Amino acid sequence: MLRFRNLLGALVLGAGALLSAAPARAAGEAVAIPDTRFSFDGIFGTFDRASLQRGFQVYKEVCSACHSMHLLSYRNLLEIGFTGDQARALAAQFQVMDGPNDQGEMFERPARLSDRFRRPFPNDQAARAANNGALPPDLSVIVKARPGGADYIHALLTGYSDPPEGFQLGQGMNYNKYFPGHQIAMPNVLNPGQVQFADGTEGSVENMAHDVSSFLAWAAEPELEQRRRMGVRIILFLVVIGGLTYAVKRKVWADVH
Amino acid sequence: MAGLHQSDFKNPVVRWIDTRLPVFTLLQKEYGTFPTPRNFNYLWNFGALAIVNLLIMIATGVFLSMNYTAHTAYAFDSVERIMRDVNYGWLLRYVHSNGASMFFIVVYIHIWRGLWYGSYKAPREILWMLGVVIFLLMMATAFMGYVLPWGQMSFWGATVITNLFSAFPLVGQHIVTWLWGGFSVDNPTLNRFFSLHYLLPFVIFGVVFLHIAALHITGSNNPLGIDPKGPQDTLPFHPYYTIKDSVGLIVYFIVFAVLVFFAPNYLGHPDNYIPANPLQTPEHIVPEWYFLPFYAILRAVPDKLGGVLLMFGSIAILFILPWLDTSGVRSMRFRPIARWFLLLWGLNFLLLMWAGGKPAEGIYVTIARLATVYYFLYFLVILPLLGRLERPLKLPESIAAPVLRGGGPVPAGAAAKPMEKA
Repeated sequence: MLRFRNLLGALVLGAGALLSAAPARAAGEAVAIPDTRFSFDGIFGTFDRASLQRGFQVYKEVCSACHSMHLLSYRNLLEIGFTGDQARALAAQFQVMDGPNDQGEMFERPARLSDRFRRPFPNDQAARAANNGALPPDLSVIVKARPGGADYIHALLTGYSDPPEGFQLGQGMNYNKYFPGHQIAMPNVLNPGQVQFADGTEGSVENMAHDVSSFLAWAAEPELEQRRRMGVRIILFLVVIGGLTYAVKRKVWADVH
Repeated sequence: MAGLHQSDFKNPVVRWIDTRLPVFTLLQKEYGTFPTPRNFNYLWNFGALAIVNLLIMIATGVFLSMNYTAHTAYAFDSVERIMRDVNYGWLLRYVHSNGASMFFIVVYIHIWRGLWYGSYKAPREILWMLGVVIFLLMMATAFMGYVLPWGQMSFWGATVITNLFSAFPLVGQHIVTWLWGGFSVDNPTLNRFFSLHYLLPFVIFGVVFLHIAALHITGSNNPLGIDPKGPQDTLPFHPYYTIKDSVGLIVYFIVFAVLVFFAPNYLGHPDNYIPANPLQTPEHIVPEWYFLPFYAILRAVPDKLGGVLLMFGSIAILFILPWLDTSGVRSMRFRPIARWFLLLWGLNFLLLMWAGGKPAEGIYVTIARLATVYYFLYFLVILPLLGRLERPLKLPESIAAPVLRGGGPVPAGAAAKPMEKA
């Protein structure tokens, strides 16, 4: 668990003035994160659009109650296979603040494609006040911001259990096998059948966790598919031109050796 | 003496320009016919690769800065906006961020080449020292560039590194306040770092120019470390080395492309995708991988000022390396003892890099301390002594002699082919 430290503490830690043999590490040793099979794994993996759409549904119905994704706009939903009408309808389910209008007043209106994802709380203080003092992090790039990426998110969402005997759990905290330090402010939010998927996919905790992890992976790296496609072409091109260049080099140097 | 230049170019337009401003003659002389030792191996690619890398960094950086906002409240989001909403912005940014890593890979190999073949020795001392200046400027530029996305590692890295100056007695804290432009790392710090991050690459460019100018006075060193004795020892730079550099360049591009397209965040730290938070310190503050050896040296010393001095000393010592190495033989091919010590120094450098990424505790500190001792021991004791004690192998008579027989290390005492006088 990340801790609050004063500046001096940071300097001691970072500048290395501290050489004591006794380590000041976070409670609880790290648990290996199980490897989850995702469609975007590997070098040629791509996103499964149906999974991303289900993942968005999980985010919309569960996560978005507390977690913002302010780097995304509703127009980005077009990239995961929603049609324009579908995306507009999804956006319109959210009320966003706009204004000031001609009277100088702020007003709420249904969200449009050009709007950023609505934040659940007006500011960080409000978020903390509603969450037992904890701040739910923004999820826009969470997959890039955690070691283990989507595997970690999936493990975290399925890693809730009762604390082992003798484990001291703080007030309002929850036990999670995969969270560093094992104490997490976020409760277990995924319960079987909680989300009704329109495509008939069973709303199991495993499915919901898998789909929302995929969705968050896409949200963090929407360029992933284009990047890999471009990479394959560029590297193939470089290998060919490299072979030709080497052949020319051999020819140029033939009279020297 | 004033007067028009006598141009040899046939093309009337080229000739017209060249008589008034002999840039074509200059290029022809310095990159066309420039006599270059004929026995370069592929390690001699890395100078050219470093220039290409610098140009890539400047080109991508200029476009990134068009879309970047140097303000603590907007910097993080503006970088993510580049990733999402700027056309090919993700490509620009990943090329730039991985380009920094590639730059250090290339420059470390380039420096290693200089160490192994004694390229720092007379008459190339100034050439070498200019290289060390470039290395220092690169480190400053890379450090400030890493601060710009304003993630957690940006902020805490900036805090830790700028605070190093507070170790100096009396003036330390004032220096730090002056660097920050306030009493903590904040918006003024970010603004000046952005300004300097844009400025320093052009300073690097200037010093690179001097580096190359000095190179073209002394001429290149070569794997044998002996001077070319005549035209039979050299080749015109073009086409022989333009094509050989091109081969290396393509390989470099392939490695670069693998990083950018398939592992763009592999060399980064996940914490830098968390927006900077002055109230929350990351569990372990680690700099980028290319700073880890020096970070390890910094942390190896139990005293803050001592650590800072030793860290700066580890680079400063490179400036006097030409005078610490007392051996008259340049290439390690002919130094049977020194090469083992240098090889160990190279491994030791990698060991420091590894130790710098580990928490400063327990066995890691002990390893870092031993490695730090050897880092300095090599320069301050081993090299000066070996110059006197070591018996180098017999140098070949000329570059042409062994090369024309297929290259590779020459057995000691091999008879050199009689040279033809051109």
